[in-house]
Amino acid sequence: MFLLVVCVCVCVCLQVEQVRLLDRFSNKSTNGTLYLTATHLIFVERSLQSDSILHHHIASVEKLSLTTTGCPLVIQCRNFRVVHFVVQRERDCHDIYSSLLLSYEEVYAFSYNPKQNDQQREEGWQIIDLGAEFERMGVPCDQWQLTNVNIDYKVCETYPRDLYVPITASKPIIVGSSKFRSKGRFPVLTYFYQEKKAAVCRCSQPLSGFSARCLEDESMLQAISKANHNSRFVYVMDTRPKLNALANRAAGKGYENEDNYSNIRFQFVGIENIHVMRTSLQKLLEVIGTRSLSMSDFLVGLESSGWLRHIKAVVDAAIFLAKAVTVEGASVLVHCSDGWDRTAQVCSLGALLMDPYYRTIKGFMVLIEKDWISFGHKFADRCDQLDGDPKEVSPIFTQFLECVWQLTEQFPQAFEFSEWFLLQIHEHVHSCQYGNFLGNNQRQREDLRLRERTHSLWAFLMSEKQNYLNPFYSPAYSEAHPVLEPSTLPYHFKFWRNMYHQFDRSMHPRQSILKTVLTMRENNRKAESTLQALEKVKVQRQEEDDDDDEQEEVGEEATESTDTERTVEGSSGTESRKQSYGELEGTYNSESAKEEPAVVSLEFGVARMTC
Amino acid sequence: MWRMLCSDSRYNRRAEAPCASPATTCSSRTGRRAALGRFCCSSGTSMPLRKVWKTFWATPASSLMQATVKKVWKTFWATPASSLMQATVKKEYLNLQGRLLSSVKICTCSSLTSQAWSSVSTLHALSRPSDANLPDQWGLSSPEKHYSQMKELHDRWRLSTVNREYLVCPSYPPAVIVPKNIDDDMLEKVAKFRQGGRFPVLCYYHKKNGTVIMRSSQPLTGANRKRCREDEQLLQAAIEGSDKGYIIDTRSSQQALQASMTGGGFESKSCYSSWKRLHRQMERGKALQESLIKLVEACGDEYHNMDRWLSKLENSKWLSHVQTALSTAGLLAECVERDGHSVLVYGSEGKDSTLLISTLAQLIMDPYCRTLEGFLALLEREWVQAGHPFQQRCAHSAYSHARLQQESPVFLLLLDCVWQLWRQFPLALGFSEALLLRLATEAYASNYGTFLCNSDQERCVLGLKENTHCLFQALLRPRERDCYSNPLYEPTELAIWPSVHPQSLQLWRGFFLRRTPQARHLEEVQEEIRNMVIKWGKLALS
Repeated sequence: MFLLVVCVCVCVCLQVEQVRLLDRFSNKSTNGTLYLTATHLIFVERSLQSDSILHHHIASVEKLSLTTTGCPLVIQCRNFRVVHFVVQRERDCHDIYSSLLLSYEEVYAFSYNPKQNDQQREEGWQIIDLGAEFERMGVPCDQWQLTNVNIDYKVCETYPRDLYVPITASKPIIVGSSKFRSKGRFPVLTYFYQEKKAAVCRCSQPLSGFSARCLEDESMLQAISKANHNSRFVYVMDTRPKLNALANRAAGKGYENEDNYSNIRFQFVGIENIHVMRTSLQKLLEVIGTRSLSMSDFLVGLESSGWLRHIKAVVDAAIFLAKAVTVEGASVLVHCSDGWDRTAQVCSLGALLMDPYYRTIKGFMVLIEKDWISFGHKFADRCDQLDGDPKEVSPIFTQFLECVWQLTEQFPQAFEFSEWFLLQIHEHVHSCQYGNFLGNNQRQREDLRLRERTHSLWAFLMSEKQNYLNPFYSPAYSEAHPVLEPSTLPYHFKFWRNMYHQFDRSMHPRQSILKTVLTMRENNRKAESTLQALEKVKVQRQEEDDDDDEQEEVGEEATESTDTERTVEGSSGTESRKQSYGELEGTYNSESAKEEPAVVSLEFGVARMTC
Repeated sequence: MWRMLCSDSRYNRRAEAPCASPATTCSSRTGRRAALGRFCCSSGTSMPLRKVWKTFWATPASSLMQATVKKVWKTFWATPASSLMQATVKKEYLNLQGRLLSSVKICTCSSLTSQAWSSVSTLHALSRPSDANLPDQWGLSSPEKHYSQMKELHDRWRLSTVNREYLVCPSYPPAVIVPKNIDDDMLEKVAKFRQGGRFPVLCYYHKKNGTVIMRSSQPLTGANRKRCREDEQLLQAAIEGSDKGYIIDTRSSQQALQASMTGGGFESKSCYSSWKRLHRQMERGKALQESLIKLVEACGDEYHNMDRWLSKLENSKWLSHVQTALSTAGLLAECVERDGHSVLVYGSEGKDSTLLISTLAQLIMDPYCRTLEGFLALLEREWVQAGHPFQQRCAHSAYSHARLQQESPVFLLLLDCVWQLWRQFPLALGFSEALLLRLATEAYASNYGTFLCNSDQERCVLGLKENTHCLFQALLRPRERDCYSNPLYEPTELAIWPSVHPQSLQLWRGFFLRRTPQARHLEEVQEEIRNMVIKWGKLALS
């Protein structure tokens, strides 16, 4: 089921009756009406159940050849949903097809209005403060400082304004180093491991070619090395396979030559590039989209797609990073080609392994904001937000989320959030409903004035925090195991069904432990508060008994009113939670699905849209 | 790693038992067979063990190295059935540190395969330990009890004691439920027409629509299409009042044809006009055994290569077998619950895949079977009493490279399928994963008599009911019950239809990767759920 967004002032552009929605894996189908609005494609069933698809989620629309029952239309979405409609008249089908193909000029975020005033919006944007995050890590300190060299995006336009560098790295060194690095992305601090004073830095590949050197760059690495007294050397992790790095040398790029840099240890990690990842995911989706797939074909397909192999490669790299920092106490410099895809994956996942803070809901937001948004992962290009170059599209961020999920499966007690949190983030990376992931870097976001014109996803997620909690999270476990040491034996990696088949209800477990435990916890909380309230009443009564008769009546009334208020609050809370769970999951067998409340108020939404 | 295993005191405790008297002889029939089995084992253990054996003899006892012991360890790492062996080797090793025990003893311990273990534990079980605080009653269910509980059955079905001397069918219990108007003489004739005398008997009555599941073995029609009037009458009587019944044959039609060349066969359409035959091929016997061996081997593989693992997993075909078993059981349940037709199930002998799918179908449809007692009673009825040859099938686990023709992990496959059901309906089953794990262990080596022998008859001859304890009774003691019940259990009357998409099925990590720290994390979470529920339950009470 889909999150039905009650849109304000949307008018229906197109309405087609008598449309059949086919289930992807069984022969079931439902009849209904299809509405096309400026932002959504909405399918309303006879029973007034509805589904809606955001235009931004639509990756491709395909019109199949005419059949006896009508004209089939297959829509593939970026959140791995595949919808198969059969429209009775071919003309209608063509209308839908052509209007879906129209490219939209503006992203949804600019028109999306969750009824907040400017102040609330501003507060939403202030939830995450990266300056405070670096302070939490213990930076600036005696070895690391904030530099204002990029304050006007002059040195590197894909970096944020505020950057942290070693205290000994002077401005000429930084500028010199940035000229020697692809896209000007010179080495900067991304995570500081306070306990050992070891730093994780990131950059892009050096423009070394076959023999070029840059003294400033060499002294930059020297400065990073010197900032850490625990270790005599710095690890330089090139996250590419060696072959790719070698090929880059011919184009005047390449990797650090160990002879030119003193005290570095160079290491290739071997994560494939964005094109390989894109094809791999395509293959995977092709395999799992097959009807009546046999177990052998599934496993063979899973293997040949290589998807889990890539996931494992990323986790392996992150473990290497975490070990180097936490065990050896060495600083690490991570780069790939441009330092915004594989580097972001490895740095953020490494930090997640090292620091329990990033495994909380707030901390995970901070982590994404820091390593992905602010350091310039090209969300607009990679997620194809506005018809861009198809060669730039790649599921890099999806892969990161999956790596995190694999870790949550291995360490069920270590994460404050559950799988639904990851899925929700993934949903909105593509939805363009919030401003966070728009654009390719901070500079573009500032040019678009996103903070004034759009809302922040983090505020929305924070307001719904209840839904994303992992009931098994134990802060004590995090304290005992601050650094996670996952096993990367291949059998610990699983196929993430809830991501790639989130909307194929027939495949999900029909009952969810997570949901049950959360409901029980909620009920328990309510029972507890009722108990407390009752006890309070009891105490009050006893006190009042000593007082005059007149006063007693008043007091009783007062307590009653607070009591009712409390229950109303409680029940409304659970209801909204339940609703959103129904939407996210909706994985019950048909009988019990009926018990679930229908999604929001449909009649309301439809009435709004037709007017 | 070592410490973790060492702390697993449950295994250490159990491991003590067989060390007591491995050389004791037993005069009974089974005992002799078991002793013979052990003889075979010691000469034909799997390679790594033999190596160790040699090493032991070659090196002086005093220079026994840690490495050698570790090697045994590694080989058996992540292999379920050998957990007992692991425990023993470990235990002996610990003793070594202080004072060297006889090295021969270590050899014996490490080279004992499950066959020997089970024979030894037979002796142990026969000795009936006095500390076990168990009720005297043996077993939870019997055909008599089953029949008397089902009042609805009594119009059209009766309890026949034609097999009370085990003469008609050696693998059936003394009492079976058959159609009312089929008398014992007819049954004897039908028994001659079915392989091993396993004539069609009722195993499940669906209360909602009065349809039944029956099971049997293949009819002996042979190449010249022999007929048996009584068999036809029996089947007709079973679906009296309904126009159609289904026969689910767990072989492919090709295999069924082949079987008819060698004396077996299938019901022809002309003679059984109101029955529709469906063929669903399910692997059994050797193929299943090979599959388990490959899977266990893959799980023990320490190579860090994803492709290699996935191809090995695929190559083992174990998950394919799980998928087939669940979908065939789904088909069976669909015939009964949705179409409202009675079904007869058989494979060739009717002792393996037949029991597998009839059990799964009952779990899918019958809410009572999903409770802890109900499930154990179901296992007792459908596996122990119905004559699944546990001793032949569960002797070696994954370590009998084509040595024993009879070895086959059908029961393990059942537990895996039940686990898949539990994963998809975590609230609908009254028991926990821990119970399935315990059963998987007990089936291979046990202090209890329940899984010993191959049939009711053998158990009767050995007097197991007098001389051993019943595992199922033991599992229902209050302390065990706490541990094996599902804290989140919410009874539901509805059928639980599992999804059999390959994306919905998973490797049973809790079993096949039991010894990894990740499995321990999952166990901790299970424990956490239990504690939470208990805490909240207390609060609700207060």
